[in-house]
Amino acid sequence: MLSIIRSIWLTFLHLFHKTETIQYPEEKVQLRPRYRGRIVLTRDPDNQERCVGCYLCAAACPVDCIALQATENEEGRRYPEFFRINFSRCIFCGFCEEACPTYAIQLIPDFEMAEYDRQNLVYEKEDLLINSQGKYPGYNYYKVAGLDAGVKGKGEGTNEEPPVDRHSLLP
Amino acid sequence: MATLYIDNRPYDVKEGKNLLETCLTLGFDLPYFCWHPAMGSVGACRQCAIKIFKDENDTAGRLVMSCMEPVGKETRISLDHPDAEKFRKSVIEWLMTNHPHDCAVCDEGGSCHLQDMTVMTGHNYRRFEFPKRTYVNQYLGPLINHEMNRCIQCYRCVRFYKDYAGGKDLDVYAAHNHVYFGREKDGILESEFSGNLAEICPTGVFTDKTLKQHYSRKWDFTFAPSVCQHCSLGCNIIAGERYGELRQITSRYNGDVNGYFICDRGRFGYEAANSVDRIYQPALKEENVSLNQEYIINDIAALLSTSNCVGIGSPRASLESNFALQQLVGNGNYYSGWSDEEHRLNKAALNILQNRTAEIVSLKQIEQYDSILILGEDLTNTAPMAALTVRQAVRKKPVENAQQNINLATWHDAALREYIQQRHSDLFILHPHSTKLDEIATQVSYSTPHEIAAKGFTIAAAIDATADQVIDQIATSLLNAQKPLIITGTSLFNEPLLAAAEAIVKALKKRGKQPGIFITQADCNSMGLAMMNVPPLSSAFSKLSDSTLIILETDLYRNLSTEKADEIMNLPKRIIVFDHIKSTTSEKADIKVPVGMFSEADGTIVNNEGRAQRFFQVFVPKNEWLKESWRWLSLLKALKDGKAIDENLSISNIQSTLVEALPQFRGIEDAALSEDFRLNGQKVPRAPHRYSGRTAMLSNENVSEPKPPQDIDSPMSFTMEGYRGIPPSSVTPFFWSPGWNSVQSINKFQIEIGGPLHDGNPGVRLVNSNSSITPIDFEQKTEKISLKEFEWQLVPVYHIFGSEELSAKAPAIAELTPKPYLGLNQYSLAKLNLQENDMATIEHHGRAYQLPVRLRAEINNEVALILFGLPQTAFFVKPVIIKIRPASNGITNNNSKHE
Repeated sequence: MLSIIRSIWLTFLHLFHKTETIQYPEEKVQLRPRYRGRIVLTRDPDNQERCVGCYLCAAACPVDCIALQATENEEGRRYPEFFRINFSRCIFCGFCEEACPTYAIQLIPDFEMAEYDRQNLVYEKEDLLINSQGKYPGYNYYKVAGLDAGVKGKGEGTNEEPPVDRHSLLP
Repeated sequence: MATLYIDNRPYDVKEGKNLLETCLTLGFDLPYFCWHPAMGSVGACRQCAIKIFKDENDTAGRLVMSCMEPVGKETRISLDHPDAEKFRKSVIEWLMTNHPHDCAVCDEGGSCHLQDMTVMTGHNYRRFEFPKRTYVNQYLGPLINHEMNRCIQCYRCVRFYKDYAGGKDLDVYAAHNHVYFGREKDGILESEFSGNLAEICPTGVFTDKTLKQHYSRKWDFTFAPSVCQHCSLGCNIIAGERYGELRQITSRYNGDVNGYFICDRGRFGYEAANSVDRIYQPALKEENVSLNQEYIINDIAALLSTSNCVGIGSPRASLESNFALQQLVGNGNYYSGWSDEEHRLNKAALNILQNRTAEIVSLKQIEQYDSILILGEDLTNTAPMAALTVRQAVRKKPVENAQQNINLATWHDAALREYIQQRHSDLFILHPHSTKLDEIATQVSYSTPHEIAAKGFTIAAAIDATADQVIDQIATSLLNAQKPLIITGTSLFNEPLLAAAEAIVKALKKRGKQPGIFITQADCNSMGLAMMNVPPLSSAFSKLSDSTLIILETDLYRNLSTEKADEIMNLPKRIIVFDHIKSTTSEKADIKVPVGMFSEADGTIVNNEGRAQRFFQVFVPKNEWLKESWRWLSLLKALKDGKAIDENLSISNIQSTLVEALPQFRGIEDAALSEDFRLNGQKVPRAPHRYSGRTAMLSNENVSEPKPPQDIDSPMSFTMEGYRGIPPSSVTPFFWSPGWNSVQSINKFQIEIGGPLHDGNPGVRLVNSNSSITPIDFEQKTEKISLKEFEWQLVPVYHIFGSEELSAKAPAIAELTPKPYLGLNQYSLAKLNLQENDMATIEHHGRAYQLPVRLRAEINNEVALILFGLPQTAFFVKPVIIKIRPASNGITNNNSKHE
């Protein structure tokens, strides 16, 4: 009996507290930049796809909701032939972003992706790719990788020596 | 036995082995790069450093490379000593100073020995701030990709390519901190074993170029243990699938068969499974339209019950499929797909194995023989892995000498090669033309197949003490050898050759020797079909008219001359072909029914030494037609007999009826564990536990995931769910162990390094050699061939790429297939007044064919060589005598002389 009265009293006191409820969707939520929401694929400073199809996001995904296939262009640059995220399975844990060696896959502060039909939650590469570098501007994986994928020649990358002359025995 | 103290705990180990392999055998994780179980130690990478102590009072110890140190009577070592750990970590750190930031785009990533070893030593942060060394890559052909930046200079590639496999064109260039592993200039790698570089290289310098077209990480594959279908040796392979497509073949260790390696045909021939020539839909010849499954099956069943049916089996179909066809058409109506010659040859091969004179030698056992005679077989091109083992066998005697004379252990690779130099034990090759093994042979002679057979009989007579013959060098060597081996085969289509081989082993046996015999055949299940004991095609003629002919997975136009094949194809009322790939036969059939290739089917095949080996289905294709032939044929039998259809017919059901009907196959059920087998109540997963994308890969079609396919034929599941430990050897789909993602994890699956797998090497030998039987005398069988003016004996030349039917459909293999040519020697060219590359006309059976000529200086005057198995040389199905003249549009002089 006493506990019921106490509960009623405490509830009554809440009338005078600052309200936490906001009138969504009329009033938008303010999200922090590092909020883990919708997943996007970003582009590098040259406006090329950052994703190199390394499959690490897919391997890191605890619900296995990322499927992709890597392919190469004539210059040897690897990119995803298709990249699919099944958002009806995604738990927005952000492991994919952590696993990504090229800053391609990023979680952004947006959660407004509800659908009436579950099938519409399957996002393909066209739906995921954005025209921005996202949270990590300036990074270009192929500039620092050893590979020549049409971005820079052998030995022209950051912190690289010119290619070795294999016919030379000089020190 | 010796006692090895590792961090003060005693272990019983074998004396004389090196410490690295001993530690790995005991289950310790010790990093290494340059050592390889098949190639021994050179102590180059300094990665496997451990501490060794003089005695129990020694606390300081000294650092040694464990791969270079033998196990003594009482050795005390420490793996965890801080000095050793620090040393190993520094070595990795040095190696990584130049290693590029490539893992994300490197095909090796996820199955990379360098990644594993880096994690194992604990190196995780690059302190070196200076620039990285770079290299320019080379084009190495359609099979292997080169990315030299990733090299860690372990020298494994050249040690395998040059020292182990006898390659000439891959070497090391430059010096000190910028050595370069590659070719002298860009070009296609010449070795038939170049694909193994992808597995040998501990990092991503050499990778599988065909995998690059449809790249997947190791953890994303669905794997199954399989058996190579591209020659008769039956090398064990691992086949990997992703997104419903066969994408990779790697070698599967089998200590009795292929060991650690496979040849390039086996590794890269898999693309035939994805080729445009696959049959995916059934078709009727008239309308050429795809039909409803139920309709077509009922139609065929009705056809079968109303007319008499004849079945033609295949040496490249599984035992189960051949048997199911035999059951369907009835015993008397079933024939092998062989011509009379092939039938006789394969029977003769089987007879030699069965009459128990000689030890039947398995592929890997070749390495134990110290005097080898090859009678008319170009191993490098017909059975490539046998050539690789012969290359190891010729080192046997010199290695033994080194052990005796200077006490060098067999694993001391660099020192051994330095000591042995070019010395090798005896290898004799008798062949119509030069082969790649000639360079390591003691004696080579080039003659016609019949002369080779005759020479074989001379050797036999020389060995046979009763004969009073001039002592022959080959006979002497075979007699003096501890273990003499005769290698022959069916590729020259010459029966006396096999008889000669048998005569030699009989003679050796009579002289108290224990000779070995190794006979290669044409197809992956040639031996199985020979054991089924069915009549050849020619016996079928009387029954064919007005019948329904069922042809199983074979192309008659490859085994018979066009005229003969046409004759067969014209006789029956209806022809039904069950095959997975288009062929001349399938295109002429009235009904063609698609079936599963080895990656989509379960089955058992018998290799050239009579070893039954099971291959497992890798994945369930979307196309419901792609099932095992035996499943379709059993279904048809049930429909024909009006019996209930068994939806759950499994391979062990059909195997038990097979063994009952054909008792010579008793034992094939043991080639793999049955489908009821469970480990802790669980199936063995075909996919690694990190398999990704399960809830997304099919979600574009339907967001609700389908039920995973069930496997009623094996104790393996098609998913990642199941038992997590090391599975039994016959159902090991892939090699992986915690901390060992690369193929090097094989160490964890062996009883001892380089020894058998944990519960024995898979496969069951059906033909047992029991050499206690005293041999009867041999009889000489030779034929004389007389040639008229301007006639030559056509002798087949095989090429690893192109001569085999299925692998030739793989784009990368097709790119390497040589152009057809007619090989003639100087004398023949002069006689015909031809120059190299001129066109010559071959007359055979009243038809004329044109081919460019090429000079083959070594061959006999009576011999003309022709590349076997290409579409352009399809008219050539057995050795024949041909007339050659210069092509009319070529040089015209002397044309009238022989007309």
